Amino acid sequence: MRMKYDGLKIGIVAIQGDYEAHAKVLERLGVEHKFVRTPPNLSGLAGVILPGGESTTQLKVMTEEGLFDALKKFAAADGAFFGTCAGTILLAKEVHGPSQASLGLLDASVLRNGYGRQVASDVHMGQTKLRAQPLEMVFIRAPIIQSVGSAVEILAEDAGHPVLVREGKILAATFHPELSDDTTVHEYFVRIAKNGAGVANAAKL
Amino acid sequence: MELMNNNLWRVKVGLAEMLKGGVIMDVTNAEQAKIAEDAGACAVMALERVPSDIRKEGGVARMAAPRIIREIMDTVSIPVMAKVRIGHFAEAQVLEALEVDYIDESEVLTPADEEHHVWKHGYKVPFVCGARNLGEALRRIAEGAAMVRTKGEAGSGNIVEAVRHMRTIVSQIKRLTLLGEEELVHESKELGSPFELVAWVAKHGKLPVPNFSAGGIATPADAALVMQLGAEAVFVGSGIFKSSDPAVRARAIVKATTHYKDPKVVLEASEELGDAMKGLDIRQMDEKDLLQTRGW
Repeated sequence: MRMKYDGLKIGIVAIQGDYEAHAKVLERLGVEHKFVRTPPNLSGLAGVILPGGESTTQLKVMTEEGLFDALKKFAAADGAFFGTCAGTILLAKEVHGPSQASLGLLDASVLRNGYGRQVASDVHMGQTKLRAQPLEMVFIRAPIIQSVGSAVEILAEDAGHPVLVREGKILAATFHPELSDDTTVHEYFVRIAKNGAGVANAAKL
Repeated sequence: MELMNNNLWRVKVGLAEMLKGGVIMDVTNAEQAKIAEDAGACAVMALERVPSDIRKEGGVARMAAPRIIREIMDTVSIPVMAKVRIGHFAEAQVLEALEVDYIDESEVLTPADEEHHVWKHGYKVPFVCGARNLGEALRRIAEGAAMVRTKGEAGSGNIVEAVRHMRTIVSQIKRLTLLGEEELVHESKELGSPFELVAWVAKHGKLPVPNFSAGGIATPADAALVMQLGAEAVFVGSGIFKSSDPAVRARAIVKATTHYKDPKVVLEASEELGDAMKGLDIRQMDEKDLLQTRGW
């Protein structure tokens, strides 16, 4: 339909969680997508979205069915990743509260349910490096990024913690851009997936 | 719809979005909660007795003891839900003070109010409610339910009522999308639901909140069945901890729910299972023994 992202295909890991919400955003952007449930689904993709949901559930099913290792290989082959909430937990090198295995693709330490239980879930407006206007951020039982490595660029902060970060082709949000009408963060990810690694400065994208 | 145009409503529905594609399992203690989490449950439902035991033992079924719920909350990292009696807003206040993640205003417990459900907009904690048809679903949403599930027939191990309720809701939604605006007012009267919600469903062809299935799911194929009929996630009550092999069965139902469209995986999940819970034939049951007729 739209030519802007012709030939680019993004996968959405559809084990459990709000993968349909991500699909709707990509549809609005005119980006071709497919759901990833098994390792063969990864072929032909420029990038993969790890959606919100329960990271323990996603991890369990991914590991048993070989998708966990397949995603690591996909990263090694220079595939792009975008994690939201649970997806960020799966991407981080270190996971606390309690600790669990992860893909370890993002040099960061995260604390699960860092703000508390569901009663602490909330919607904030915040500044990002992606544009001048503030961005809506929907936090649901969100993790907190406690620290990041020197190669990680902080694209947005909220209440003193990074909430949107990038390391090369890995993008991670502790909030849910897929639950807002705004497509800014997804567009940013699609450009990362399209342009390849090594673009350190957000303004260039 | 004004009640729903706010951030609190959005994060309530948002948590339901996060549970999609998953299995929410009934548990009665921390040990079962751990088994459920390890098997891949996306949430657990804390209750005093599973529905089949409530059915067998009789008596008044109430909210679970806060001590047990707290132990479960301390044991697992996934969301913890708990049930309150229909209309028992004080039990709901207690669960909110305890900070559970979701409250199920459930027909499985003995109703506290035969006319009024809880006014759920007044809480920070989101609610899920059961429904047998679209009218009932929309009445609960009007009161503030941020997730709807079929009632099915809890504790029966029989999928027939969950199927009936899911098919009814889905076909009533489809029908609404075909009607003209002037017909929707009449339809709202027939359904006994607010016009604004009826008009919203007619326009969007879906409920304004996630639509899950519960009540009688006992096997991986049961889960795949309701998912294919339109459920966005499943609740399993007695089906797991009343089977001969809870951990294996829990894992198998999670697998079948993820891959509900892939019969080969559902087959794999169905193999090497022990005995499912013994089920009940709904047609042999007395009307008074049905749980689904509680609430309106």
